[in-house]
Formats: sequence, structure tokens, C-alpha cells
Amino acid sequence: MTVFVIRRMLQSILVVFAVTIIVFLSINVIGNPVDILIDAECDQACRTRAMLTLGLDLPLHEQYLTFLWNLLHGNLGDSFLNKIPAVDLILARLPASIELAFSALAIALLVGVPCGMWAGLKPNSISGRLVMGGSIVGFSLPTFWSGLVLIFVFAVQLDWLPSMGRGETVTVFGTRFSIFTLDGLSHLVLPAVTLALFHTALIMRLTRAGMRETILQDYVKFAHAKGLSAKRVLFVHVLRNMMIPVVTMLGLEFGGLVAFGIVTETIFAWPGMGKLLIDSIGVLDRPVIVAYVMLIVVMFIIINLVVDILYSVLDPRVRLQSAGR
Amino acid sequence: MSTVIETAVVKPAPVSTPFRQFVSRFAESRAALAGLVIFVTILILAIAAPLIAPTDPYDLTKVDIIDNRLPPGSQSLDGTTYWLGTDGLGRDMVSAMLYGIRISLFVAVSSGVVALLIGMVLGLSAAYFGGIVDTLIMRLVDLKLGFPSVLLALLLLAALGKGVDKIIIAIVVVQWATYARVVRAGALVERSKEYVDAAQGLALGHMRVLFRHLLPNALPPLIVVGTVQIANAIALESTLSFLGLGLPPTEPSLGLLIANGFDYMLSGKYWISIYPGIVLLVTILSINLMGDQVRDVLNPRLQK
Repeated sequence: MTVFVIRRMLQSILVVFAVTIIVFLSINVIGNPVDILIDAECDQACRTRAMLTLGLDLPLHEQYLTFLWNLLHGNLGDSFLNKIPAVDLILARLPASIELAFSALAIALLVGVPCGMWAGLKPNSISGRLVMGGSIVGFSLPTFWSGLVLIFVFAVQLDWLPSMGRGETVTVFGTRFSIFTLDGLSHLVLPAVTLALFHTALIMRLTRAGMRETILQDYVKFAHAKGLSAKRVLFVHVLRNMMIPVVTMLGLEFGGLVAFGIVTETIFAWPGMGKLLIDSIGVLDRPVIVAYVMLIVVMFIIINLVVDILYSVLDPRVRLQSAGR
Repeated sequence: MSTVIETAVVKPAPVSTPFRQFVSRFAESRAALAGLVIFVTILILAIAAPLIAPTDPYDLTKVDIIDNRLPPGSQSLDGTTYWLGTDGLGRDMVSAMLYGIRISLFVAVSSGVVALLIGMVLGLSAAYFGGIVDTLIMRLVDLKLGFPSVLLALLLLAALGKGVDKIIIAIVVVQWATYARVVRAGALVERSKEYVDAAQGLALGHMRVLFRHLLPNALPPLIVVGTVQIANAIALESTLSFLGLGLPPTEPSLGLLIANGFDYMLSGKYWISIYPGIVLLVTILSINLMGDQVRDVLNPRLQK
């Protein structure tokens, strides 16, 4: 067990290291940020001075080593544009993104699991088919387009909900939240629903598939034969086993929430990390892009590590398999 | 369908081949058949776009800026009817969309094929050779799969710039790993079977065992993944183009058309964004409907 955990952690560190190289190199191919940051009237001397202050005149490998050294000290450089540390800039936007992501996840779970269970129990009923049909549509809807349609219907035509920004926020525990004010909540509804659509459909489909496979298992038949009530079989015996793929997916879907969060935030001008990333790519604000990627990668790796370790605790087969490899 | 009936007439003896079973079980679902019909229709429209489009949206001499943002059904000065309106540059939406599907499908299918080939070769090699080859390839796959597709493609395109070739590269980088993993899993199961031992016992070459013996048997899951991946590629391309990181404005895919209409939408001019979006949705939906049924048919746990 300990060996397994240590080996996984070493692997994770290696991955982080590999990503630093890939990210650093690919970001440096984009172009020279100096051309964007200095004004057009700047002559060669002022250009050189700017490059010196930004450290862009050093050879690539030295830039990388500096970057790595700073990374180890938790310093990912200052934003070219705002002159404040890139990490601070991103962390300031983090609460907005998290608020949006968790609202979407809550919607997806609350709608997806019950609907999926129902559709799995009654795959041939009209309502079951409707749920499935709806989930395929939700699955096929490109996030950005459903966002546009929601804006058009609810913000432009009906004028019920706002379509831009976070609205009024309150500060709780030093962090600003939209969800606790009526104005903020109305701003949150459209982006959260947009982001939730795809995940709701996914959870519905997984729950339904898990349901259909689980209720055919022998132990379920046995539980019925033992004379247990249908309710008990469903909510105790079936639900537990059926939720395994859903829970696994939740870990993985963190990535989807972050990625599609970028799209949603861009459409609704939601001031989160994703919008910051798109804006930074637009002006080639390299430190912010690099810091964003590094933060996301580390987050991913930690989540994957935790999921793997939890798995090996819960399911000894996983541990044995990886030891045998 | 007709080919199935013809072969049945020629050779009546073998009543059910796996392929025919597959076809008949696929046809059980009306939704899947509808998906097939819609997808083939869209495919034909895309291929025939230059022949059937009312105007050539890229021919600047035929596009009149005076006609910009006309609502659906309006007529231009020379009497052409714009059934679905015009966009911000005065291009006929029907024509722009026909050409848009063409670009979207071209990008998705060509990147899908390249990703499939790369993933297939790597996955087969990993399963067949095992050991260090397997470890190397699969670590790479894990590294890729641990990272969300949209984000990876976005950063790649930020580095590469705009262009049809660039976006194909980005989609290939995003998708090869899924194919590799699926092929490896299928091939691993097949590899332990006796016919592979027999083929190796006959001293057949690696390539022959890999591609003639292992591959055909590891194919079914690949079909499922392939359909879904094409749909994903279409969605990914349109998302990236919408964010302004995919295709250049000279080659507007459906995603780019939607992006162009976004600004006008807030002033109530819905048609520039909504219609390309519906086409995009219907295309992806038709593929997913087919993929859904294929998956159910090929899932051994749901076999009756």
C-alpha cells in the first residue's frame, strides 16, 4: 500500500516536470510578447530595455531554469500587463470559477441522477425514452451555442435574466459570492445552467447504463428472491454499485468543468479564471498563461492521485493489478 | 441495406454472419436509422455544396454589403431571395452554412482518420509487444487523458496559430490517446487467445499477426469510439473557432458563423447564430444517435 502510494506520487512529480517543459516550450513558440506590450512609437533601444526588464533576452534554457527555480518558490512571474504576480491574479479569479463550477455540478447531479435512475428502471416507458432522448440532445449541444440560445431567449427576448458578469456580490469568509444575493443569483442562473447541460446529460446516461447493467446482476435477483422490498433493493443494493462509475466520472469531470467553464465564462463575461485565460492568450500575457496551466495541472494531478489512492483502498483488485504489472 | 439483401440471395446458406446480425440489430432502433439518414443527407449536402448553394459566399463580386443582416425571407435588389437571411457581410446564410458544414466535416473527418491511424498503431504495438513499449505508450496516453481536451487544444492553437492544418493537428493530438487506449484494451483480450498463438507458431511476421489477425478482432469497440470521436471533433472545432482560436475568417466553419452572429444576437438578429447552430446540433446529434445504438448492440452485457 505504502509502496503503491509512493510510486504514484513519484510518477505524479515526473508528470508535473514533463508538463513544465512542454508548457514552457509551447508558450514560447507563440510569439514575442514585447511586440504587443510596448507602444508602436518605441524605438530599438526602448525595445531592448523592455526585453531586459522582462528577462526575454536570455537564452531559452536559461529562461526555463529561471522559470523552474521560481516555480519551486511558488513564484510564476508577474503579469506583463497588470504588473502583479500572475498567481495572485488567477487566485483572485478562482472563487468566481469555483462558484460557477459547483453550481453547475449541483444542478447536474440533482437532475441527472434521479432522471437516469428512472430511465434505467423503465427503459421502454415513454418517460424513460424522453429522458434518454433529452440526454442525447444535451450531450450533443455545443456548450457555446446553448449559452447563446439561453442568452437570446432569457436575456434578449424575455428580458428575465441578465447575461453579463456576476452582479452584486457579498463577502463571506473574505471571499466574494454571487449566490447569496438575489441579483448575484440571477446572474448565476444562465451560466450555471449552460455549464450544467452537458454534465447533466452525461450523468443521466451513466446512471441509466449503470442501472440497466446492475439490475440484471445475480445478486440483485437474489435480493429480490430473498423477499426484500423493491425499495430496499433499489436504494441499498443497486444504488451503491451503480454509483461507482458516476463517482469515478465526477473526479474526471472536474477537467470538463474547468475546460467548458472557459467557454461559459467567455460567453457570459463571468470574471473567472477561464475568461482570464482567454484574455491572456489574446494579448500573449505569458506568465498568466503559464501560471494558469501549471495550477490546473497540479490540481489535476492531485485529484487523480487522490482518486487512485481512494480506489486502491476501496477496491484491492486495483492495487494487485498495478503491483503485477 | 440493399447489399445485405443481395448477398442473402446469392448465398442463402449462412443465415447469420456477425455483420448481418449487427446490421439487423442496428436497424432495430428507429432513432439510429433516423440518425443514419440525417447524417448521410448532411454529408451529401456538404459534398455537393458548390453545386447546390444559391450563391458562392466567398465570391466577393457576388456578395453585396448593402444586403447585410437581412432577416430570413427578404429579397435583395436583384431579386434573389435570402431564405434564411444574410450575415453581417451580406452573405446568404444558406450558402454560408452549406460551405460551413463542408469545412466542419472535412476538419472532423480528416483529423479523426489521422488520430485513428496513429492511435491504432500505438495501441496495437503496446498490446502486442508489451514491456517497455507498452509502459512508454500508456504513460503518454495517461498523461494526455489526464488533461481536458478543450484546454489542451486551446493552448496548442494559441501556440500554433490559426489555420485548417493547425486545427487538424490540435484535434489529432487531443484524440489519438483515446483510440490507442481502446485498441490496446481490445487487442490485449484478443492477444491471449489461441489463434494468436497459432499465428505466431506459424512464424508469421509481426506486421501480419498485428494487422491481419489481431486488428479485425479488436475492431468493434473502435467503431463505437470512432463515431463518438467524430462528433467530439466537430464540437471541438466549432468551440475553438467560436473562441477565435480555430479557423481563419476566410474559411468559416459552422462555429465561426455562430461566433460572427454573437454580437448581432444581442440586438435581436438571431438568424446569423441560430441557424448554423441548429445545423451543428443536428449533425452532432445524428452521429450520437448512431453511436448510441452501435454501443448497445456491441455491449455483451446487454445481449439478450
